Amino acid sequence: MNKVYDNAACALADLLFDGMLIAAGGFGLCGIPELLIAEIKARGTKGLTIASNNAGVDGFGLGQLLENRQVKKMISSYVGENAEFMRLYLAKELEVEFNPQGTLAERMRAGGAGIPGFYTKTGVGTVIAEGKETKDFEGQTYVLERGLVADLSIVKAWKADPSGNLVFRKTARNFNPPAATCGNVCVAEVEEIVPLGSLDPDSIHTPGIYVHRLIQGQHEKRIEQRTTRKKAA
Amino acid sequence: MPWDRNQMAERAAKELQDGWYVNLGIGIPTLVSNYIPNNVEVTLQSENGMLGMGPFPFEGEEDADLINAGKQTVTTLPQTSFFDSSQSFAMIRGGKINMAILGAMEVSEEGDLANWMIPGKLVKGMGGAMDLVAGVKRVVVVMDHTNKAGDSKVLKACSLPLTGKRVVNRIISNLGVLDVVPGSLKIVELAEDVTEAELRMATDATVVTTMSGKHSIPD
Repeated sequence: MNKVYDNAACALADLLFDGMLIAAGGFGLCGIPELLIAEIKARGTKGLTIASNNAGVDGFGLGQLLENRQVKKMISSYVGENAEFMRLYLAKELEVEFNPQGTLAERMRAGGAGIPGFYTKTGVGTVIAEGKETKDFEGQTYVLERGLVADLSIVKAWKADPSGNLVFRKTARNFNPPAATCGNVCVAEVEEIVPLGSLDPDSIHTPGIYVHRLIQGQHEKRIEQRTTRKKAA
Repeated sequence: MPWDRNQMAERAAKELQDGWYVNLGIGIPTLVSNYIPNNVEVTLQSENGMLGMGPFPFEGEEDADLINAGKQTVTTLPQTSFFDSSQSFAMIRGGKINMAILGAMEVSEEGDLANWMIPGKLVKGMGGAMDLVAGVKRVVVVMDHTNKAGDSKVLKACSLPLTGKRVVNRIISNLGVLDVVPGSLKIVELAEDVTEAELRMATDATVVTTMSGKHSIPD
């Protein structure tokens, strides 16, 4: 059983189809599966629904798929960094389902864990709860949110071993672990595939059972808001 | 003089208590970390998956894998931990975070908060704000009292889509500090040289209770 593929084109060759639902990891441009996104752009797969916390920026990340008109609908919590997104949305050329960030993360986690729905306080009394079932527990109202299962998950990790065990680095972990679990198929791109046995079993963030295909590649890792301080003299 | 952005942040920092876990929103709330009192130890949570957020990096030491929820480069501290987004919101929703300091477009006298969209105009999304106001123990809003057109942002009822209903505990504006109490807002403090009449004039919400004396920000 080989999970390691040569590149994004090989890994996604038989997995993409028009109208599919893709769950993507990443927060802003941090920890996004940039190689897999580039391949989806190259393939031109259309009518996509993408569950991702953000929608990239103009010209990078998922922003490229928006510009290429490949996305029918985004399921996201925050899209404020993307002028093209705003334009398409206000022109009604793009559907958006806003999910609170924690609700989106939990929808992925629950979907991957075989939990079809869960109750949360988040969004009660707002448009997010409109049309959704509510239930009171100990005097507090909660809204029913659905677990999310995607046709495909695309994630980015720091290191993997050939069995698909993943290790993330710093805040590039973000949505990648829950996204990895919620796809019927999960493809992970990593900076380095290390030999079996070289990752500490106590330090695996995503066990290989969730990861079906792996590629290794060079990442641009663009910084969205480079913010620094001056060294004291 | 009404408080400026930094003075509002400095005033908000006085809300912090030793040992607290705190989430700071984007904008003025981020500046609060510059004014944490020396005798108060707080751990900053960044909802993209980090506890123990350190200061901005020195030039040349930025790490693309190490950002805060505002997508700014940050650094670690000795006590830092990283986790994924579902774990991050488990601690938020689960009531483990003591306080969130957030910006706002509008706040109502009932403590309703609107800070995520203007229909037909501005679509940014709520990010983690809805989860934060639903789950965090105490919610403090820091914002200008009026918008650029001079209209009050402290209203009887919000006109914009809500982020949360009855979730705000305290408002720190450029004019002073207001607490959400049953039926109205209560003036806790006025910015230096701001009169109660000025604050009331800039407030659309009901302000029924007044404080006894006038306070200004201590040095």
